[in-house]
Amino acid sequence: MDEKRLSIAELRKRLAEKTGKGYWRSFNEIADTEEFREFLGQEFPSGAAYLDDPTGVTRRTFLKIMGASMALAGLTACTATNPEKIVPYVEAPEEVIPGEPLFYASAFPLAGYGMGVVVETHEGRPTKIEGNENHPASLGATDVFAQASILDLYDPDRTRQPERKGLMKTWADFVKELADAQASWGDGEGVRILTGAVTSPTFASQIQAFLETYPQAQWHQYEPAGRNAAHLGAQLAFGETVDVLYHFDKADVVLALDADFLSSGPTAVRYAKDFMARRRVAGKPEHAVEMNRLYVVEPYMSNTGVIADHRLPLRAVDVEHFTRALAQKLGLDVEGGDPEKYGEWLETLVADLEAHKGSSIVIPGDQQDPVVHALAYAINQALGNFGQTVTTIEPVETQPVDQIESLTQLVEDMQSGAVKSLIIFDGNPVYTAPADIPFNEALKQTPFSVYVGASLDETAVETLWYIPRSHYLETWGDVRAFDGVVTIMQPMIEPLYQSKSEYEVMAALLGEPNAAGHDIVKGYWQAHAQTDDFDKFWRVALNQGYLDGTQSPKKAVTASAAAVAKPFNNIASEEIEIVFRPSPSLWDGRFANNGWLQEVPNAITKLTWDNAAMMAPALAERLNLSDGDLIVLNYFDRSVEAPVLVLPGHADNSVTVHLGYGRHVAGNVGRDVGFNAYAIRMSHKPWQDTGVIFTYTGKTYPLARTQDHHLMEGRHLVVSGTLEEFKKHPEFVKEETEYEKISLYPEFAYRGNAWGMTVDLSACIGCNACVIACQAENNIPIVGKEEVMRSREMHWMRIDRYFIGDMDNPDVVYQPVMCQQCEGAPCEVVCPAAATVHSREGLNDMVYNRCIGTRYCENNCPYKVRHFNFFQYVDVDTPSLQLMRNPNVTVRSRGVMEKCTYCVQRINAARIRSKKENRPIRDGEVKTACQAVCPTDAIVFGNIKDEQSQVAQLKASPLNYELLGELNVQPRTTYLARLKNPNPHLTEEV
Amino acid sequence: MSQIFHPSLNFIAKAMVLGIVILLVVGSVVSYVFVRSPYMRGTTIAREQPVFFSHEHHVGELGLDCRYCHVNVERSSFAGVPSTDICMGCHSQVWAKSPAIAPIKESMETGEPIAWNRVNNIPDYAFFNHSIHINKGIPCKECHGRVDKMGWTRKTQSLSMEWCLSCHRNREEHVVPREEVFNMEYELPKDPAEREALQAALVKKYHVDINQFQVTDCSVCHR
Repeated sequence: MDEKRLSIAELRKRLAEKTGKGYWRSFNEIADTEEFREFLGQEFPSGAAYLDDPTGVTRRTFLKIMGASMALAGLTACTATNPEKIVPYVEAPEEVIPGEPLFYASAFPLAGYGMGVVVETHEGRPTKIEGNENHPASLGATDVFAQASILDLYDPDRTRQPERKGLMKTWADFVKELADAQASWGDGEGVRILTGAVTSPTFASQIQAFLETYPQAQWHQYEPAGRNAAHLGAQLAFGETVDVLYHFDKADVVLALDADFLSSGPTAVRYAKDFMARRRVAGKPEHAVEMNRLYVVEPYMSNTGVIADHRLPLRAVDVEHFTRALAQKLGLDVEGGDPEKYGEWLETLVADLEAHKGSSIVIPGDQQDPVVHALAYAINQALGNFGQTVTTIEPVETQPVDQIESLTQLVEDMQSGAVKSLIIFDGNPVYTAPADIPFNEALKQTPFSVYVGASLDETAVETLWYIPRSHYLETWGDVRAFDGVVTIMQPMIEPLYQSKSEYEVMAALLGEPNAAGHDIVKGYWQAHAQTDDFDKFWRVALNQGYLDGTQSPKKAVTASAAAVAKPFNNIASEEIEIVFRPSPSLWDGRFANNGWLQEVPNAITKLTWDNAAMMAPALAERLNLSDGDLIVLNYFDRSVEAPVLVLPGHADNSVTVHLGYGRHVAGNVGRDVGFNAYAIRMSHKPWQDTGVIFTYTGKTYPLARTQDHHLMEGRHLVVSGTLEEFKKHPEFVKEETEYEKISLYPEFAYRGNAWGMTVDLSACIGCNACVIACQAENNIPIVGKEEVMRSREMHWMRIDRYFIGDMDNPDVVYQPVMCQQCEGAPCEVVCPAAATVHSREGLNDMVYNRCIGTRYCENNCPYKVRHFNFFQYVDVDTPSLQLMRNPNVTVRSRGVMEKCTYCVQRINAARIRSKKENRPIRDGEVKTACQAVCPTDAIVFGNIKDEQSQVAQLKASPLNYELLGELNVQPRTTYLARLKNPNPHLTEEV
Repeated sequence: MSQIFHPSLNFIAKAMVLGIVILLVVGSVVSYVFVRSPYMRGTTIAREQPVFFSHEHHVGELGLDCRYCHVNVERSSFAGVPSTDICMGCHSQVWAKSPAIAPIKESMETGEPIAWNRVNNIPDYAFFNHSIHINKGIPCKECHGRVDKMGWTRKTQSLSMEWCLSCHRNREEHVVPREEVFNMEYELPKDPAEREALQAALVKKYHVDINQFQVTDCSVCHR
């Protein structure tokens, strides 16, 4: 859609004119232009024009194709189909029951850290990831990456065999050439290993053995989006490296210093769970209603910022200044802060923190400068939080080093010709290395280079040898969680291709090219497990998915602000800064070829298939830029072209870009999607710095955003309030949402269970895990950027995002919307084929084989949760993708309407199980895919007829309301109004 | 201007109009009957298999229990086709040298599974579960017929949705005692009163919900 350029000042004016609480979704909506109305007026935006598209289908080709398919349809009916084959096992494995899934515990590793998972497998094919309830980093939930990792396993673009300079080779070829190279290694002079962060005990011991065999060899580490700053900060504050853990389950007041602790990093799932447990209001008795309070200081509108009770948009480079001011107020001996600047905001925060000594947390972001970490540790100590809400442990990573320094050193040595052999384990350094570290050029000076990586990427095509690394679901291994707990990872499936795990390659370097992953990992634990009965130890470890008593030992340290007393940064306030952050969808770029993650809309920007230069409305106004304008970002003589995205709530004079896009060498999905922010990222300031210059190119770039789709015509769909309001007047939600209900339709006779759901808007952090979980569970296809721009995305659930208030620092509410399973469903009465009908248990059934694709139901759905399969979006031909599908859900074809079914396959499985045992289905026995994955338990599903069920109790809460209640469609899904807990003493924001 | 059509063509025109109507009616009736015919439903075809296997011999003459080979029928949606090692459990001793056993031996030696031809098939969008039917006392022969009398196995029921529903709507009429589920010879009492009393008792005992109509809900089979 072409957007008319509207000045931000004009938008401001219109926003000010809006009355009431002022919920809004996009600038287009405020602007309310003629074009926007037209866009909304079309039931299917751009759909009708599709046939006119000269690059797409012409009328002529359309008729041709139609003619051919008619002829084929006629022909197929006349041929007798060949009988299907049934191929049983030759020797049936003991535990496999064909048709029944098996669940195995393992761990999902990301950036070195593990998250305990339970993997559903069907006849040896892993199909779905669930969290491991007993694992500290998961507690039953997972993040968006773990959910999508299943697609990486079956990615058709994976390399099938080792390659040497682009030529197909075998492992044996590599072993032979390695042996030749190793003959000249001697004591290891000129031999280097480059890895990411390592927490695996087995791999660490292998590296140790390697360094002992080759004493002159060196080990370098570089993790593009790792926790380097936190470790360096610990060095500054404690004089030694420790990991700092935060216990949100004990904290009443939390200050996040540019920390997206709820949805980013290896701790996010656990922290989100702990944090939300102290915030839940619905379902609690009235006297026990309490909430913690969250203050956030940040440049970008992160998911943590969305949850914040008080949010202060601030340039990332100013966070140090703010922290100094806070430290001074709390009586620490530091210089450089200016408490006056933050006025009442800071005063109130300080008072709140001082009133909660020992039960507060000040958490710095992994991407903030080390000095902010050091200051935050000192502040936590001054508040007496150490030992209470903040604990310190021995670092989980093996030998944490300054990774930037480590990489710089390596590249210098490579350039000087000192490096003869380099073995790289993952991390794609050619792409991820800071722009001023010429890794690629240096690699050309290295005669023998090997890259062990997950996919054929920028590094793989530059090294001499490329060894495909086995996916974590194909290999044995071990990994530690953020608190040190070890999980032994077990394979769910034999490697699909001729790939090797990092353990096996490392064993080859140690002279055992044929060692199997299983023997390596088991061998390590046989030598190191402290147990008399190893077999039992091993079985228990694999069965429960973690090892007892492997937490990193506590380490008592004292924080000192002495090293950071003087300011590190002193930056004029008018300079524009650039902020680099790992993408919430692609992380550091390793998930670029994952279509699910490319297509999942960014929670706050609703952007798919792209990254953008995100900036505040005020900055865009001054620079006269608007959404989609293509600008050149210039920084230290390096430049990259990026589209502008105006993000309400972003700090002024600051531009945020997400890493991980713009991959030139990737599979068919990820190649050249978005722009590469690494191209302007510098090693001395890897996360934020000032000095960026913009130039407007005069061009525009189409951004595929789902923001304006499915707009609900300005009706008030989210209800929000404050804890204080709620305590004074608990019925405020009811008063806002209750309508007189009249129906023409007769009552439907319900029998059996009555399935229903509640979604707690206070708890939704917009992490998108549910969207991907739904996609994995229900075989939902992706459609690509072009189709997303035509509003044809197929996600059965979406997360709507509403802004409230002014555009400089708006309040934001996330609202997950899936099929509401209306009791008086408007879609059912208009279906001419009876393809969508009501079930006795209250489900709005969708029968795909009956659907003839009239789309009347989509028209008549007030929630716009039905999705039409316009083309054959599902790839039914690629064999590896066939393995991935959930066998209990139909793979829908073209011309069929689809929608959320409350995971009816899970309900049916539970019903059969319960009927065989002659008992009712227990509360909590059926968990929908979105519910199971949610880190904050925002989604609760169950039998609403059973008064004891959790969902029935939540529905009894005064916060409960129906979406579009005035229509009287009686949705079975209801929402719990969003509550915040702002400090009553702080009325004015800065 | 002279007439183009001769008046006698009026009759032909009328006949044609009538003919089209008749053709439509006859065509509809014929196709309605045809798609439901045993021919279309494939119940007339005894499928050949890669192994010369006879249910008549194994079940009818030797009296093997269904579950000896279809091991998962009580536990899973899929009854299971025996893996090669189940066949070899007997045939490593019995008839070991017969040429009829050769494909099985070959499968065992090479590790190549035997690709059986599917006899009873339902479309991918319909989900059937064996275990719950067995558990609620629906006998095998209800759907599979007297396999103990089949050489090459064949389909005996249409497996159309109409046929599925005919039973789902009258579940109490199809229940037999659980211990007789696998018994091909078992017959319910001839006397209607006795039969009704027995089935009423079984329905109660097995908690078959005859008052709830949820098993005719679409999502029970389609999802």
